Amino acid sequence: MKAQVNGASRDLAEGTSVAAVVTLVGAPEKGVAVALDGAVVPRALWDKTIVPDGGVVEVLTAVQGG
Amino acid sequence: MDDPLIIAGREFRSRLITGTGGAANLSVLERALVASGTELTTVAMRRVDAQGQTGVLELLRRLGIEVLPNTAGCRTSAEAVLTAQLAREALETNWVKLEVVHDEETLLPDPIELLDAAERLVRDGFVVLPYTNDDPVLALKLQDIGCATVMPLGSPIGTGLGIRNPHNIELITSRASVPVVLDAGIGTASDAALAMELGCSAVLLATAVTRAQDPERMGAAMRCAVEGGRLARLAGRIPQRFWAQASSPGL
Repeated sequence: MKAQVNGASRDLAEGTSVAAVVTLVGAPEKGVAVALDGAVVPRALWDKTIVPDGGVVEVLTAVQGG
Repeated sequence: MDDPLIIAGREFRSRLITGTGGAANLSVLERALVASGTELTTVAMRRVDAQGQTGVLELLRRLGIEVLPNTAGCRTSAEAVLTAQLAREALETNWVKLEVVHDEETLLPDPIELLDAAERLVRDGFVVLPYTNDDPVLALKLQDIGCATVMPLGSPIGTGLGIRNPHNIELITSRASVPVVLDAGIGTASDAALAMELGCSAVLLATAVTRAQDPERMGAAMRCAVEGGRLARLAGRIPQRFWAQASSPGL
């Protein structure tokens, strides 16, 4: 199945969790948040939340700015 | 002299809020932040890329500086609300510097989207520090819906044009009951001092320090300027006069 991860189309296995996507993009341990289809997925739910086919995942962290 | 800045019940000894954007590297940024004496500093939220983290969070933590996430880059209320919620989740703070800009050429706040986002975030339990136009009416509206500060621009972000409409800033500070933070447009130390003399409670700046030829020295200059301007405001300036008035006794 396909999903949009940080703006890029990715092939993911069925049943891929948000936690697996966070690992996939190489996110740091701390200071990271995830939105799935425009809504925040709390860290405690990353393992349980499965990315649906066509899902849009954004993995964000803090950078220099402002 | 004990004169803390108080935002949403939290006390700061420094009245200088800094940004982290524009610094050549983290070591330059660190020296500039330390020299500025800031206790509250903004970061932006961006997609994790292949390079991974930038290290800015670790730097701020090590320096004991509070992190203030912003919603820079957002053009609509919906984008800004989601970015603020992601920042709250990632950084474990409910404080947000709310930015909703209209276009890339001016980076001016979109007042309609801004007010809408501010209302929604206040309802969602955020401590909202909105970057706003130097519009006294909009500033009051942002205050009335529950924003913790109002942060009018002196001039557009990154221009270094200083405070283009000092009278508007003074109108805002004369009527606001929440702290007014002059945000954006500061070019050099005298601009920061003027902001404080006009009654602002604090100054927020980034580019003026991070892109100065010597960011560390400019950080120190801004610290002194904010302190000097604040003292002058509290001291009460003399009225301006048309004719000279001798300061020495007559012969």
